[in-house]
Amino acid sequence: MSDWTNDELMTVSAARALSAARTCFVGIGLPSTAANLARRTSRPDLVLIYESGALGSKPTRLPLSIGDGELAETADAVVSVPEMFNYWLQGGRIDVGFLGAAQLDRHANINTTVVDRGPGRPEGRLPGAGGAPEIAANCGEVLIVLRHSTRNFVDRLDFTTSVGHGAGNGDRRRLGLRGRGPVAVITDLGILRPAPDTAELVLTDLHPGVTVEQARAATGWPLKTADAVGVTAPPTDAELAALRGLKAA
Amino acid sequence: MSEIRLLRDAVAQLIHDGDIVAFEGFTHLIPFAAAHEVIRQGITDLTLVRMTPDVIYDQLIGAGLVKKLVFSWGGNPGVGSLHRFRDAVENGWPRPLEIDEHSHAGMANRYVAGASGLPFAVLRGYRGTDLVERTNTVSTIACPFTGEELAAVAALNPDVTVIHAQQADRDGNVQLWGLTGVQKEAALAAKRVLVTVEEIVDRLTLRPGGVVLPSWVVTAVAEVPGGAHPSYATGYSIRDNDFYQAWDRISRDRQTFTGWVDDHILRTEEASAR
Repeated sequence: MSDWTNDELMTVSAARALSAARTCFVGIGLPSTAANLARRTSRPDLVLIYESGALGSKPTRLPLSIGDGELAETADAVVSVPEMFNYWLQGGRIDVGFLGAAQLDRHANINTTVVDRGPGRPEGRLPGAGGAPEIAANCGEVLIVLRHSTRNFVDRLDFTTSVGHGAGNGDRRRLGLRGRGPVAVITDLGILRPAPDTAELVLTDLHPGVTVEQARAATGWPLKTADAVGVTAPPTDAELAALRGLKAA
Repeated sequence: MSEIRLLRDAVAQLIHDGDIVAFEGFTHLIPFAAAHEVIRQGITDLTLVRMTPDVIYDQLIGAGLVKKLVFSWGGNPGVGSLHRFRDAVENGWPRPLEIDEHSHAGMANRYVAGASGLPFAVLRGYRGTDLVERTNTVSTIACPFTGEELAAVAALNPDVTVIHAQQADRDGNVQLWGLTGVQKEAALAAKRVLVTVEEIVDRLTLRPGGVVLPSWVVTAVAEVPGGAHPSYATGYSIRDNDFYQAWDRISRDRQTFTGWVDDHILRTEEASAR
């Protein structure tokens, strides 16, 4: 199984990023795929939490929505939506929040609300906030998984739906946001992490065969790189088999 | 005490032009049949409240019955956009749609405040986001004990809350189970409550984790088996994920959508009118 795609490595890398997590608040789509892959590889005990009210779901196949019946049927507990957001998320019980984005800026702030389509045209409507603002605010830390392009990685957000690191280092504390915020952005080209001094996202890892220039060309701001840029380990046979099994189920 | 009625009579009696209506159910137990009856009766100028507008509000919006939408996530779960919602917001078709937009935590707490008889709820949220710029139902409040600034969200008190449940008994006591979402809060926040149920039984058997709404907080109950389709009712049906995927194609085009509403809602008899 030596053939794999960068999209697969993105999901595998996102699953690996959960290796130290105990509990994960999971959004649908790429985050759900990655979190379920982690349960099948490095983190079989990972507690998956879905905002529909399911704590500790163990789905046998990838759910289409956060409310699929299997999420509740395989859960350790099912709670109401107000309880989920107030006691479990706001109460600081969840280690990792896993989010996607439509637009992301250099401080890992997220837009999922509207996009500006230029003069004379109405704003393009996106689904909106959902659970993301409070996931970004209240989870112990946040992982973001997103395909790398200048459409997604923008110089300026058209709208701030969820706060990553605000205007830079110290902004989360100033805003009273209690979690650490985004610690990694995992893409199909590599991994970006906030610089310790500025909280600006810098390129820390590239997937095998991807160049710094490719990552820069796909980023809407002048992307800085870490002093030493690492190379992501390719997917193992076990990781690939688990991922493909999940997608086929 | 709630009355057991035919769906068409209950809808006509409880929901009126211009009402604020919440059809709740977080992915599970979405009361589609009741919404379809609203479309058949042409009840209009509604302010609709719901955390996730979902396909149910895409249908009501596309049918031109909605003046304003209060919500927190307007997508087709796991599929993509709600095209009728987008068309209304972006192009004003078939009529302009005013929106009041929140986060899930904000919406959940707005219902909690409404059910609790309080004017607002307090949470940690919204700080640093642009959401506060676009709504007048979020503000800030200082904690009287520590001085910390927190978000305040205005209570939601719908004229009518409509939910779907698995069972009611003959006295109109209602029980729902599985993912119970925000239905208890939405029902207790409302002036009138309409519940459609899969089945009317002689006696309710209490379920672990089940939510019971006693007859005296429910205005009307209608027996509508399958009334949550394409959503589902745990113990009775599974989510029709294929329909949610098909909705993307049906709803993308105005004419296809209108034809679908004609064929599947307007020209069909209401299920409980047997």
